[in-house]
Amino acid sequence: MDNHMKLEIPSKSQNEAFARVVVAAFAAQADPTIDEISDLKTAVSEAVTNAVIHGYENGFGTIIVTAVLKDRRLEVSVTDYGVGIADLEQAREPLYTSKPELDRSGMGFTIMENFMDEFSLASEPGKGTTVTMVKIFSQIKTGRDA
Amino acid sequence: MPVEIVMKRAGSTLLVRMAGELDHHAVSGLRDKIDSKITLDNLKNVIFNFGGVDFMDSSGLGMVLGRYKLVSAQGGKVLACSLRPRVQRVFDLSGLQAKIPVFLSEQEALKNV
Repeated sequence: MDNHMKLEIPSKSQNEAFARVVVAAFAAQADPTIDEISDLKTAVSEAVTNAVIHGYENGFGTIIVTAVLKDRRLEVSVTDYGVGIADLEQAREPLYTSKPELDRSGMGFTIMENFMDEFSLASEPGKGTTVTMVKIFSQIKTGRDA
Repeated sequence: MPVEIVMKRAGSTLLVRMAGELDHHAVSGLRDKIDSKITLDNLKNVIFNFGGVDFMDSSGLGMVLGRYKLVSAQGGKVLACSLRPRVQRVFDLSGLQAKIPVFLSEQEALKNV
């Protein structure tokens, strides 16, 4: 089963819930488990929240979410054209946040890395950031295991 | 479902019962409500009851951590209770339990304030 989708949204915090629900609904055609869908929703929420808070620093911008489904493999990308990240290693450290004054936990990338099967981060200061994540859904159980 | 909260006072402790989805958007509206309640009623501790929370990302952790910073500076505690498995998963990954003890029920949390 091959399919793809693309979603373009302004960087409003209301769209965090919208984006994660859209990607979850798209993934539903692969019949994932409830836990797999929950992991996916959480990871997408983290990526879109990062774009809103860090990419555009709570200002206006466009966020693009794409998803490609090939058999049981879902690749999701979240792109912003905001400020970018100067130090990718530091950004990925658990508990590191550039905005502690906003009560950020610094766990966003750690959650994305742990809840998804693959994770990569590409960013250029002044140009923007793309997070790409892959979730491989378990095989559909058939027969007596169903 | 947007987040809904009910705040209740139990002695010097603020009980925050939450339901719905706890993300960055939801948390933005909650922080000020909780902080002004703590300040106005001069409360020492906070118990977050996650019983009705069916989605939480790292923004929820940040909110809890932020309240911890606020009340621990005055010698108060922050506790959490009634975590559903999904919320527990995010909590476990963060290691937040070193600072925020987690209990199965609100009653149990209240006993440990």
